This record gives sequence, structure tokens and C-alpha cells, in this order.
Amino acid sequence: MATEVLVPLAGNIWLVLVNVGDEVEEDDELVVIEALKMENPVYAPCDGTVSEIRVKKGDVVEDDDVLMIIEES
Amino acid sequence: MVFFENMGLLALTPGMVFMWVIGFVLIYLAITRQYEPLLLLPIGFGIIITNLPLSYLMEPGEGLIWRFYHYGIEWEIIPPLIFLGLGALTDFSALLSQPRLIFLGAAAQVGVYVTFFIAYAMGFSLEEAATIGIIGGADGPTTIYLSARLAPQLLGACAVAAYSYMALVPIIMPPIMKLLTTDEERKIRMKKGRKVTSREKVFFPLIAAMVIILLVPASAPLIAMFMMGNLFRESKVVERLNETAQNSLMNIVTIFLGVSVGATMNAENFLRKEVIFIFFLGLFAFMISTASGILLAKFMNLFTSNKINPLVGAAGVSAVPMAARVVQKVGAAADKRNYLLMFAMGPNIAGVIGTVIAAGIFISILK
Repeated sequence: MATEVLVPLAGNIWLVLVNVGDEVEEDDELVVIEALKMENPVYAPCDGTVSEIRVKKGDVVEDDDVLMIIEES
Repeated sequence: MVFFENMGLLALTPGMVFMWVIGFVLIYLAITRQYEPLLLLPIGFGIIITNLPLSYLMEPGEGLIWRFYHYGIEWEIIPPLIFLGLGALTDFSALLSQPRLIFLGAAAQVGVYVTFFIAYAMGFSLEEAATIGIIGGADGPTTIYLSARLAPQLLGACAVAAYSYMALVPIIMPPIMKLLTTDEERKIRMKKGRKVTSREKVFFPLIAAMVIILLVPASAPLIAMFMMGNLFRESKVVERLNETAQNSLMNIVTIFLGVSVGATMNAENFLRKEVIFIFFLGLFAFMISTASGILLAKFMNLFTSNKINPLVGAAGVSAVPMAARVVQKVGAAADKRNYLLMFAMGPNIAGVIGTVIAAGIFISILK
């Protein structure tokens, strides 16, 4: 099942820590969003494989944009 | 002989040397700890040079830094210009999407008033007590503005206290926040507010300026500049003015502000036992303000099903955005998937405006 990872708070993409095809475990850090000079990690909602990444470093993101898609294992 | 008589070294007093130490400590904290370096560095330097005898830098009518101080601060020009920049930097979305959070910014002014009464009871004059109380709002330019208006003799001490406590927000606030909330409360995830339109954001500074100034005219200099800066930002048609207000203009006036505030702190003015009380009372005011925001949030939760995480109440003290960052950190420590940062910005910004209104009320009553 595909799970969308959503933006929890608006800001800029500071770091993308995974690549398409990576195996991730629940609670792994996927992306770091910079907001108000603070780095906020976004965690994996489930175990699985990253099937698609929709953002890159420097992108401006709004609440509830889709960051990436994880194919649940 | 005349040369020796005019040599500063011979006119040195122990108090002056002690003030150098304070200046060096502020510069040290600014450089190594990066505690509010944009202000504490020039303030520290201002303290040192004003305590070099016979320089006459602060001599009324002729001294260089006296002129900065007189025309910049006594004439009330610099703090409103800083507010212009702050307005241009402020995004009101967080507040507009959840207007109920405004109350938390208002609650945080409780510390200001409680401390005002305590300072008065301790023997400070009404004007001095008001200036000390306003430290609880943790807003530097407002503290300087009110102090220049009501109690210029306390300006240096109050400004340094306000900026120090702003720098110490990450140390002072978390214990209070943890003490007053349960683990469950810290884990509350808040519902996102509605989306704010750009039209609302343009109208807000216009309406807010009119309403606030009609109610508390004495707050006009700071509020008018703040809201004009915000209108620059949200109108999207004067990007050059917006950019100048946020950056170059703000940086320029910050230089004059810092060194002048530092230069008000000469030994005879600063080395008095009242100054120690000012630091204690200021800290007390700040702690009460933090606590009262949290307690109001808990109280509001009794009447609503859409729960507020009480931690965001702590951000009602102005210190933008440090207080909101601390809320995010303490919230994430309880539940790492809880992102409170943007919710905390609502009360944080309301707190700035609340502190300006509190200052305006003091001015209209005491002047």
C-alpha cells in the first residue's frame, strides 16, 4: 500500500535524507524542513520503500503538500 | 602639566573599571555564546567607551554618542524604526488562522502588571515601576521606548535586562513550561487553522492600526510603524521598501541603538543597588508572563473541544521567534511528531502587540 508523507509545517526543504528505492523504518528521518531558522525533521510514518520523492533541497513547501510516497512493506 | 591633567588615566575610578568588566562580559557572551550579538556587542562596547573618563562622549550638547542618544532615542525615532522593520518581517497568518490565540498573547502581559505593582510597593516611582514591569514582555525596543519616555535613568539597566532575558529564553522558559503542564497536555496535537487569504493579510495591518490607535492613542508611534511595515510586506507592490525596512534600515538603526544604550550605563548611574532589583524583578516579570500564558491556555481548554496545547501559551511573551522555537522543542521532546512552531507564532506575535499596548496604557496613565 502506498502512503503519502505530508508536510507537517510550512517552510523550506533543508535536506532530503533518502533516495528513491531506499528501505526506511518507521520513525526514520526522511526530510528536514527549515522554518523560522529551525530545522524540523519529518519522520517516516511506516516501514517501507521510498517509491517517489516530490521535493528537492531549497523547495518552498506548504502545509499538507506531499513530500514523498512510501510503498509499505 | 596640562597634558597630565587632561589624561583620562588619572581620573579613573574603581566603578569605571567595574563597568569595563560588565562591557567585556557582554561582548564575550555575544561572541562566544552568540547571545543577541547584534545588540549585546554594540551595547558592551558602548559601556566600555562611556566609562573612559574625560572623553565627553555622552556630554549633553556636544558628545558624539550623546547626539546619537538624544536624536535617536530621546526623540523616539529609533525604536519606531525598528518596529517598522519588525512589521515588515512579521507574517500574521498564524494569528489570523486561529484568532483565539490572541488571548494567549494578552495573558502574557499579566507579568508586566504584577511586577509593576510589586516594584511600586518596593519603593520605585510609578514611572520606574512601569519601565521595570515592561521587561516581562521581553521586547527590547518597547522597553527602550517606554524607558526613554518615563524613566531614562533606568534605560541602560532595563534594556540590558530585557535583551539578556530574550537571549536566555531557552534556559528560563522550559522548566516553567514543564512544571505547569502534564505529559498528556504537551502531547496535544492542534488542529490546523483555516487558510488565510492574501486579501485578509493586506486588510489586517490597516484595520489593526486603526482599532489599536483609536483605543490606545499613546501606542501610536510603535503600532503605526509596525503596521506600515507589515503593509509594505503584504501589499507585495513595494518590495524595495519592504526589503529596506527589514534589512538595511533596521541594521543601520540597530548600530545607533546599541551603542547609545550601552553609553547610558556610566558607573554612577548603573552601580546602584536598584539595578540588582531591576534584574530580579525583570526576571520575575518574565517568568510570570510565561506562566500566565500557559495557564490561560489550560483554562480555555475547559470550554473547547478543539484543544490548545498549553505550551503555545508560553510563547505569549514577545521574544519573537525564540519563544516559539522553545515551544517547538519542548513539544517535540514529548512527541517528536508534534509540530507546534507555527501555532506558537500566533501568541508570540500577539505578545509583541500586547506589550506595545501595555506600554501605551502606562504612558497614557502616567504622562
